[in-house]
Amino acid sequence: MILESHTTQPTPTVEASGSGAPVLLNDLVRQFGATRALDGFSLTIAPGEFVALLGPSGCGKTTALRVLAGFEQPDSGSVHVHGRDVSGVPAQRRDMGMVFQSYSLFPNMSARDNVAFGLQLRRQRTSVRRARAGELLELVGLSEHASKYPHQLSGGQQQRVALARALAIEPQVLLLDEPLSALDAKVRAELRDQIRALQQRLAITTLFVTHDQEEALSMADRVCVMSRGRAEQVAEPSVLYAKPATAFVAEFVGVSSRVPVTRLKDGVQLFGARAKIRGDVESLAGSDIDALLRPEDVSAKVANNGLGIVNHRSFLGATTRLGVGVGGVSVKVDVRSSDAELFELGTRVDLALSSRDVLVTERKKDA
Amino acid sequence: MASVVADNIVDFELPMVPLDLTKRRRIHWGRGLILWLAAAYFIIPIYAALKFSLQDISGKFSLSPITAIPSQPGLAAAFFLSMRLAFVTLAIVLFLMVPTMIYVHMKMPRFRRFMEVVTILPIVIPPIVLILGVLEAAPLWLKSSPYLLSLVYVVLAMPFVYRSLDSGLGALDVKTLVEAARSLGSGWISTIWRVLVPNLRSALLSATVLTLALVLGEFTMASLDLWETLPVWIVDFDQTNAHISTAVAMLSLLGTWALLTLIVSIDRSNSRRRRRNRAS
Amino acid sequence: MKIPSPLSDGTSTPSGADDKDRGGRHITGTLVRSLRTSVPVLPFLAYITLGLLVPTLVIINLAFRSDSGALTLSNISTIVHGGEYLTGFENSIKLALATSVIPAVLGTMLAYAIAQSRFEFLKRLVATASGVLANFGGVNLAFMFVATFGANAIVTSWLARLGLNPWSHGFDLYKLWGVAFVYFYFQVPLMVLIITPALNGLRPAWREAAENLGASRWRYWRHVGVPVLMPSVLGSTFLLFGSGLSAYATTEALTGGTIAITPIQIGAYLQGNVISGEEHIGYALGFGMIVLLLISILGYVLLRARSSKWLQ
Repeated sequence: MILESHTTQPTPTVEASGSGAPVLLNDLVRQFGATRALDGFSLTIAPGEFVALLGPSGCGKTTALRVLAGFEQPDSGSVHVHGRDVSGVPAQRRDMGMVFQSYSLFPNMSARDNVAFGLQLRRQRTSVRRARAGELLELVGLSEHASKYPHQLSGGQQQRVALARALAIEPQVLLLDEPLSALDAKVRAELRDQIRALQQRLAITTLFVTHDQEEALSMADRVCVMSRGRAEQVAEPSVLYAKPATAFVAEFVGVSSRVPVTRLKDGVQLFGARAKIRGDVESLAGSDIDALLRPEDVSAKVANNGLGIVNHRSFLGATTRLGVGVGGVSVKVDVRSSDAELFELGTRVDLALSSRDVLVTERKKDA
Repeated sequence: MASVVADNIVDFELPMVPLDLTKRRRIHWGRGLILWLAAAYFIIPIYAALKFSLQDISGKFSLSPITAIPSQPGLAAAFFLSMRLAFVTLAIVLFLMVPTMIYVHMKMPRFRRFMEVVTILPIVIPPIVLILGVLEAAPLWLKSSPYLLSLVYVVLAMPFVYRSLDSGLGALDVKTLVEAARSLGSGWISTIWRVLVPNLRSALLSATVLTLALVLGEFTMASLDLWETLPVWIVDFDQTNAHISTAVAMLSLLGTWALLTLIVSIDRSNSRRRRRNRAS
Repeated sequence: MKIPSPLSDGTSTPSGADDKDRGGRHITGTLVRSLRTSVPVLPFLAYITLGLLVPTLVIINLAFRSDSGALTLSNISTIVHGGEYLTGFENSIKLALATSVIPAVLGTMLAYAIAQSRFEFLKRLVATASGVLANFGGVNLAFMFVATFGANAIVTSWLARLGLNPWSHGFDLYKLWGVAFVYFYFQVPLMVLIITPALNGLRPAWREAAENLGASRWRYWRHVGVPVLMPSVLGSTFLLFGSGLSAYATTEALTGGTIAITPIQIGAYLQGNVISGEEHIGYALGFGMIVLLLISILGYVLLRARSSKWLQ
């Protein structure tokens, strides 16, 4: 049994559609008035892969999804599914299932009828429709709510029905437009797992749009971080976190601190020691640079004549996050909570880099 | 994970139907037709009546109907009677509804539902029926005064006033404002006057304008109660010159129109402001 | 444990087991407290009672009384058994039907055409205009139409120049269908006003979800759009029916009381045109109108409840 269900019936037999299709978004450009929502955006999705589009609001992620769905036409660029160019195909013929952010269930139909709607359009017999709708509702754990109307269902339940409805037509691609944003935290966490489990079982190519990095990192096979209509980096979550390709990604994904550093012959000067630079920085030659540090990459040691002062503490559970003021900036440092009592506010500490190298970027100019 | 592979093509038939542009254009055309026909139906009478008001008896353009207005017998009296009735109605309805609604919003929120239902009732008992009952039930001393009409107009105005005040109060957090004021030492009357009323300015303005428009245009009850208010005058007036009565009617219309446009635009700029405040 | 709700909402939820023995007194205490809280709304209630309830009860009472004061059904039977009063009701209902169903359809089409428009300016203009026009009516409207379509009026003379004369073809502004034509002037804007929020309540997500699942425009409307809108449209039609039924001023000003509909007949009654033996007929007429209006208001309320559930 994959999903929670209030009945103890055997696992429902929904055959894996197995038709996860490869998707290619090629150099999409879309301009709305003065804003470029998509600025040469490209992305490939392998069959059955779950890709998350992650970025701040306005970065173009929803636009990209809607172009794929067929609700927006790009000014230039193309969309390919299964190797075929579908740019000219209207939305209703693209055979993709979409789950919207909220309130997309048809209010005049019960949950069952909502799920069966796609099949009704394809003129399937009533008995077939009902059976399949029943299976899908079982799959999302809502069989006993099948006759309820959307206004009688909670937000989480509605989104589960929406998911069942999208899956009913056995689409090649599943599109999700921030489906969890309108739900509260607990429901969000549960649904996250359920969606991912379902997707893996059915092996459907999936594109999932979100602004919540926790969602993206925990659910996706690969994450595409977007900013201003372009893809900043596409990689597996662990790679994205550990090896951010740009400053934007480093600061958007996970927590980081910015520290101005001075260049040395083969590295930078950081916390009184020399540190190696990660990656290729030819482009930054000649400009001032900052280092981007993760809290877990910095260690703190109490020292009477230390250069840093603890000016902030946050208890996070297993770790405690310190804010250490040094050289005019505040650096976030994670320490084990069992050691936290050593680092009261005002304690003088010395900081050291505990990772092998450090990510640098152009110095941020004060606005 | 591999990137996209061309050799993964399953023989999938996607009917390549291009976007149906011809259908779109046809619909636009139909929509335009509806809008133009509607515009004609609504605008032509206004234009025609205005033109008619500016013609003398022979049909030529003339300002004489307008200039003749002030000298028409009974018009001034009728106009001022209407105004007096309007202000008395306004005073009563505001004095009755404002404190009641403030109280209900603060202490009896469930009563709002009842009030909503009650204020729909005047649809079930329209003026023509209401006056039937009022004339029978009212005592003689009341019937001999025109202000009986004011008293009844209050009932007619209630739905509008209720709706305005309800939305105005709903936008404020009445309970919190009142508690804040009272904790700072303000008495009840001072609280209502200095804290609530200024925040209800546009709701009150709406309510006022709607009440005025209602009273100034009310014909049914006034004519059957035999009082010569402005609308009654317009109908009763001996029309040797239809142009003059039409001119008065059009002036009255334009006046009401201006008033109503005023509220609708206030109301909309308010909801825009409210939306902006909520968004920030 | 239940937390008692604050006194501020006029009631108090009895708390747990401790109050079981004080049960009886507690209930009376609650009652007294809620009565006390209700005191400030008494002026409002009194006014409604005197201003609305009493006249209505008077009408209902007198509808069933003869001139001598005895209870009787003769007033009602006079109406029901044919003659001018029955004709009056028939005409009123015909008029109300025509001026509710047709404006409902036209108004919805108009509202839809506007909602689809790209011009923000048009939408705002129409919103203002509908608000104003829906409150038009009465004397001024009648005069406006006489000046436009009357025998010697502007449009009539335009048409005369083109050789057309609608009057000679049966058009009569002062008969039932002429009056209906005038009623459209406020009924259609009223419909636009009521139905526009419902149209705006049609979420684009529904349209897109339907499209995404493979529906064409037509199928979306058939399966989702029309069913969702139908309660609103029907409910509004009921409202328009009530409005068309009770209009008096427009018709009186237009026809001078020469048309046989119930409101006019009530007016005539009040102006003293009473036949002996039918002294209370006017009240029976009023009672009949109240019944019809109650039905239409009921229809409106029920349908509105249904539509608001769906169009949250």
